[in-house]
Amino acid sequence: MNLLINILTAAVLAGTPLLLGTLGEILTEKSGNMNLGVEGMMFMGAIAGLAGAYYYEQGVVGSGGTPSGIMAAVVALVSSFLVGAFGALIYAFLTITLRANQNVTGLTLTIFGTGFGNFFGEYIGIRAGGYVAVGDNIKTAFGRLNIPVLSDIPILGKLLFNYNWVVYFSILIAVIMAYFFRKTRVGLNLRAVGEDPATADAAGINVTKYRYLATVIGGGICGIGGMYMSMVTTSGVWVHNCVSGYGWLAVALVIFASWHPARALIAALVFGGLTILRLYLKIPGVPMQIYDMLPYLATIVVLIFTSINQSKENVMPKGCGLNYFREER
Amino acid sequence: MSNVSKEHREPLIRMVKRDSISQQKQWMIRAIGLLGALLTGALVILALGQNPIAVYKDMVVGALGTPTVRRETIKIAVPLLITSIGISFAFKMQFWNIGAEGQILMGAIFAGYFAFFHSDWPKVLLVIVMLAAGMIGGGIYGLIPALFKAKWGTNETLFTLMLNYIALAFVKYLQNGPWKDPRTQFPKMSMLDDNARLTKVLGVHWGWILALVLVVLSYIYFTKTKQGYEIAVVGESNNTARYAGINVSKVFIRTMLLSGAMAGIAGMLQVAGSDFTITENTAGGVGFTAITVAWLAKMNSFGMLIVAVFIAVLERGSNKIQTTFKIPASAAEVLTGIILFFMLGCEFFINYKLIVRRRKEAEHESAN
Repeated sequence: MNLLINILTAAVLAGTPLLLGTLGEILTEKSGNMNLGVEGMMFMGAIAGLAGAYYYEQGVVGSGGTPSGIMAAVVALVSSFLVGAFGALIYAFLTITLRANQNVTGLTLTIFGTGFGNFFGEYIGIRAGGYVAVGDNIKTAFGRLNIPVLSDIPILGKLLFNYNWVVYFSILIAVIMAYFFRKTRVGLNLRAVGEDPATADAAGINVTKYRYLATVIGGGICGIGGMYMSMVTTSGVWVHNCVSGYGWLAVALVIFASWHPARALIAALVFGGLTILRLYLKIPGVPMQIYDMLPYLATIVVLIFTSINQSKENVMPKGCGLNYFREER
Repeated sequence: MSNVSKEHREPLIRMVKRDSISQQKQWMIRAIGLLGALLTGALVILALGQNPIAVYKDMVVGALGTPTVRRETIKIAVPLLITSIGISFAFKMQFWNIGAEGQILMGAIFAGYFAFFHSDWPKVLLVIVMLAAGMIGGGIYGLIPALFKAKWGTNETLFTLMLNYIALAFVKYLQNGPWKDPRTQFPKMSMLDDNARLTKVLGVHWGWILALVLVVLSYIYFTKTKQGYEIAVVGESNNTARYAGINVSKVFIRTMLLSGAMAGIAGMLQVAGSDFTITENTAGGVGFTAITVAWLAKMNSFGMLIVAVFIAVLERGSNKIQTTFKIPASAAEVLTGIILFFMLGCEFFINYKLIVRRRKEAEHESAN
């Protein structure tokens, strides 16, 4: 029982960056943009979040104060969102306004973002005299919350009320997005744009505006997922190549979640579990590196399975991957 | 009446598709794009408090200044060029093979098997077997996603990508377990026997000659053979290809086998000609950079030769500026990304013409 609880909590912690990346990409793809740059945007968000918290700390310490953990968290959140959104804005400008190929633009964003993250991570590290690391105050702010009473409930307290704030924040985003797509006019309009931009355009929906907004906000959410990697997973230290494929897993999880924000919760939990399983379930004779293959193998299985079982529902928005030219409809 | 109100709503800038554009003008636009990218890079360098001209100069000197660094630059360019030729095979038929990284590693592992365990064979035989093994390893790894794509239309972008991470984990497994160098505690493989290392021609392993041969061969393949033409048709439209009687599945499978085999060659050359061992950095991002090389060159193999050397200069030069200016070597990736962004943007100005609204024009039109 204890083992199961430990695995579940570790899965939630490992799955949160995947969830954020997946949610960001779902929002993007619902608008008809297939942005393969999630990995890049996560890298950009990762360094932006860390740099934000770090420079906030340096600034406060420099002027003789004590940095507040909450303020640092807010700065990290906002800066990672903005920089992730900036990456998505480059993508949006190239694909929507300049009509570049979505696949190649997304791949370029990944190359650029990976370089961007590692470059500034190392650069700030060199200037800090070795490596970047935030102080204990800020580390605590990204550590697990201690909610009075609730966290002390046996089992449930550990299972539900014992995570860092980003976990709850990302679940909140998932709930809001699920409501947004189903119940609001703007959400329905956005889905129309992703399914059939020409029809949406004829109905008076501003396709360009919707695509830009969804892509940029989606990129920002991916950026927050990156912040989780640098602030929580590596506890506020820049690690070279810290995102290491999580962004790509997120792109695959969008398919696994069949473009539903609520299902993304389950998908992220399962894949989070696969990434940490080796720490908890050791099968004699199976080397650690084989465990490392699990999430990727599972993704392939999911890809194959969904391609064999093509149903009418739960598929990619029809307009996804194609740029919309009004004059060519 | 409605006409008048429409006239007022004409946007400030509108775009018109160009009917045709001269080669000269196309290259002008691309040159301006490249200049814009380098200027953006210069702004970043300036923001870091360095002199952009000094940094760029140091890059070029660091990559081309002396015969030694020139050889290093060519060593970087060879696997990049061969892999991008391989990638262009897949991309020409709109098959998004982003798994070259894994295909390189598989080629390296297959070739490495003979290099590690059969280094007593006669050199010529050993090297030929290693080359063939590298091709088979990379080819099989490229073939797997193609089979699923042909049968069920499985998304190849993510499939090929996931295979990268699996290949990487496999290399780490070999490093820690079966292929670990017994003489050290660290999880790494031993260095290759001299017999398994490639002969140098003019200071660089002979892979560069093979790369040049592949440039010519692939050009001929695409312009003169039926198979090359089939790839182009499949790339235009799967349905058109089917209508023309082309077996699309067969083209997918055959072409991915070739594409992966070429990445496998790059892996073999990297092991036997450059690194002399296999590590998790054997592919080292070449598979991804090669995509940008292929795209920048518009899938033309001679163009890829130029772009690959250019990117190699960037990478080699970035190592230099890391020591001179303490600018991290990841600058190469950032700069490559910026250049590619600009090149992607350029295409728009080649295909479309912008017309700025002028009062005179508007009056002229309303008079009509």
